[in-house]
Amino acid sequence: MMEIRTPKTGKAKRVLEKRAPKLVETGKKTLILHGTKTSATVSSVLMELYRLKKGGAIKYSRRNENIRPFESGGETSLEFFSQKTDCSLFVYGSHTKKRPDNLVLGRMYDHQVYDLIEVGIENFKSLLSFSYDKKFAPHEGTKPFICFTGEGFENVPELKHLKEVLTDLFRGEVVDNLNLTGLDRAYVCSAISPTKVFLTHCALKLKRSGTIVPRMELVEVGPSMDLVIRRNRLPNESLMKEAMRTSKDKPKKKEKNVDQDAVRGKIGKIYMPDQKLDEMHLHDKSKGLKRERKESKLLNEETDSKKKKKSSE
Amino acid sequence: METETDQIYHLDVGNLLGFNPNHRFPSAPSSREELVKECLEESRKLVQAIANALFNFTSTETNDGPIVQLPPPTTKLPREKHVPRPKPPTKWEEFALKKGIQKRKKDKVVWDEQTDQFKRRHGYDRVNDDNDVPIIEAKATDEPGEDPFAKRLDEKKKRVGKQQKNRLQNLKAAEKAGALPSHVQLAATSLPISGTKSQPKKIGKDELGDVAGLAATSTASGGKFDKKLPGEKAPKKQGKHHKYLPVVAGRGAVNPEKEQTNNVLSKIFSKHSHEILNVGKAINMYNVKKEKKKSGRSDKSGRSDKSGRSDKLKPKKDITKKPANKAK
Repeated sequence: MMEIRTPKTGKAKRVLEKRAPKLVETGKKTLILHGTKTSATVSSVLMELYRLKKGGAIKYSRRNENIRPFESGGETSLEFFSQKTDCSLFVYGSHTKKRPDNLVLGRMYDHQVYDLIEVGIENFKSLLSFSYDKKFAPHEGTKPFICFTGEGFENVPELKHLKEVLTDLFRGEVVDNLNLTGLDRAYVCSAISPTKVFLTHCALKLKRSGTIVPRMELVEVGPSMDLVIRRNRLPNESLMKEAMRTSKDKPKKKEKNVDQDAVRGKIGKIYMPDQKLDEMHLHDKSKGLKRERKESKLLNEETDSKKKKKSSE
Repeated sequence: METETDQIYHLDVGNLLGFNPNHRFPSAPSSREELVKECLEESRKLVQAIANALFNFTSTETNDGPIVQLPPPTTKLPREKHVPRPKPPTKWEEFALKKGIQKRKKDKVVWDEQTDQFKRRHGYDRVNDDNDVPIIEAKATDEPGEDPFAKRLDEKKKRVGKQQKNRLQNLKAAEKAGALPSHVQLAATSLPISGTKSQPKKIGKDELGDVAGLAATSTASGGKFDKKLPGEKAPKKQGKHHKYLPVVAGRGAVNPEKEQTNNVLSKIFSKHSHEILNVGKAINMYNVKKEKKKSGRSDKSGRSDKSGRSDKLKPKKDITKKPANKAK
């Protein structure tokens, strides 16, 4: 026996529709959580990442003992959380003797683990340790510039994978229109060695230059750290093919009330509301705008000017 | 406009992404600060390149600032969820396709012939309402005892039930194809035990707790030291609930223990007071005795049955009181 369950409130219905798979996808949400043990570095990294991604991230504060991303059985909790919070990116921090200051960045496809990459954090400098002119501090939710430098990102497969994951993580919402005044942050990732990436977050200073294009300057603002590649897991081929499948472009929205014809040309339809003839304002009957008043005013002005002329003469 | 820098850098303006694959960092870094400086400088060049492209787009001025149309991103990133799957056609849609039935848009308001006015098609005070018919003419095929109005209601119920069943079948087919609409969930309700037509009652949280408590008492230590699952509450106190009163009375308060014993005694007395003395009965007996004495004096015949009768009037033995020594 089956029962059909539909949401009883409009709000619930809208939440469900938001979570449904769409043809064209906009931003991914990130889930930030930590494991059994965390060091001070890891907890501050997670906190700052959360702050940077404020609009599209959810941070869990409790310890999660049964999450082991690289083991076969240890992903069920992660998948459950991903389903509950509708997050398809996750950042899992932990600290063990074997892997100190560990961060696992992962992605989900249909709430199943798609790929994982594990990095170690070194030389971490927190947001608070940078001093800069507060005028240039980046605002929450702005679209960032992402810069990758170094041949490692092209030659080393793990770094290539990391590049893709970092792009996904920092990208934010995918938008069609961008406000040029809202460009104020940049993420800088440089492959300083085949296993190390230097990551930092900068604010943008737009300086006046001779042309329309302002001169860009970077000021180090946010957390900076060195990421040391540890393990990674690439997605299996079939899953990758399915996930990379791009849908055909969204069918153009039909422009309503406009008709194109070879004979008549472009014709538009205008709908008029009902005209209530009793309540229509035909002329303004206020005292000040009466014709007699206007005329008398004009006459007075003329006489005044004539008087002035006479007196001057 | 492609400049030399564009050929060296890989730019993805849609994502505001820049990639410089040609820079080689020194394997032995000079110092941390030098390294950081170098990274920032290289990235600055990348950001400048992207900005060059951005600011050269045609921008529309608005209150917040110039808005630019971003090109679609070029880096391929995996999707978050699968592409929405097409819904299989419902049974009606298949039928309509086969027969060539076109969908026609219906007006919300329809002309009603009976009352010459426009009435709505669905809802309150609708056109051709099924319930509004005052008289149903009898046909030759109708049985005399049948209620046509009840019959109409029955038919409507059947139609509604059939429609619900069809809807369920359509949704099941959609679920099989993986295309269930986002706001619908199909839930399997519990199967009834074979033979009964009624559905088994759903057990609530409290009932479950009681049953768990019962099961716990069957352990050797009465469930006191059982390991509790997360979220399970401690068992309610089982057995007698004693409330012990303070022995010493507080200042000004009545001695509670004394009060309690007094209450108990008065209750006992009030309960069994009829065994001690049933006032009404005693009066009756006294009166009767008096009369008998009077009458007995007038005619003394020493009737035996009188004494037998008087036996009835004597206080009977209390049957509720059990004999002191029972046969062991």
